[in-house]
Amino acid sequence: MMLQLFLLLAAALLAIGLYGALSQQSIVMIMMGIELMVNAVIVAGAASWWFLSPHRPDGQVLVVVAITVMAVEMAMGFAVTTAIFRARDVDMTDMAADLKK
Amino acid sequence: MQLVVFVVCAVGAVAAGAAVFWVDSMARATFALLASFLFVAVDVLLLDLAYLGVLIILMMIMEMVVMAVFMIMYMMNPAGLMPMSMVHNRRGSLAIAVGTFLVLAAGILLIHWPTRRGAPPAEPTRQLGEALMGSKMLVMMVLGLALFATMVATVVLAQHRGRYHRYGDELDRRAPDDPIRGGVGR
Repeated sequence: MMLQLFLLLAAALLAIGLYGALSQQSIVMIMMGIELMVNAVIVAGAASWWFLSPHRPDGQVLVVVAITVMAVEMAMGFAVTTAIFRARDVDMTDMAADLKK
Repeated sequence: MQLVVFVVCAVGAVAAGAAVFWVDSMARATFALLASFLFVAVDVLLLDLAYLGVLIILMMIMEMVVMAVFMIMYMMNPAGLMPMSMVHNRRGSLAIAVGTFLVLAAGILLIHWPTRRGAPPAEPTRQLGEALMGSKMLVMMVLGLALFATMVATVVLAQHRGRYHRYGDELDRRAPDDPIRGGVGR
């Protein structure tokens, strides 16, 4: 039963992060939503390792990958925020909509 | 006892995660996200993953402090002195998020999960280290390359004027093209 509890926690974190990534206008707040979703992957990976196949290291390796993805996402997100703020003085996605053209 | 700690931390992680998009201050949102990460790290520690749990705690403290600095630099209302709203399509986003949670929860509760195969190793950290330096070496190499590419890309994106701005696309300009005269080589 504990596996299901851990996965429910992961599902809740993923849903909250998805809400943030979809609803927020600020680039940094969108990054926070994505980080919550990666956090859910960490919980699910660690729980899968412990409750399903602890004799194999796959779950732990997945957690390491997720932690690295989180660092890469944050660094790239801040770099993009800096670039777009410098170029147009905006930090909101809606104000950067003309990037589509 | 473990169940009590898990439930307290799980509820705390979800509540802090929800608070990120609910509070009126950028600084508070950042530290709410940090609290969510720390609660999750305690739950990871409950699974005997001492190294990864401590790694999450240390990394997230630093990451959120850096994020707080960026939030205060770029965004409005860092102190929460007035209500702020920077959302679009709140209702649609909420519906998608709730629907996603319900589908995932139904799958989690209805699927017949397999029973555990094998026993946990005596030292999970050693198992991880040997995997990353052995059978999962390719994963470690790709992560290293990705981190290196990130360093290069972030510097290129974040710098205001680089050598190509100053010395031309072919780097063949004799004197740098700077907006203010003077400095090295002038």
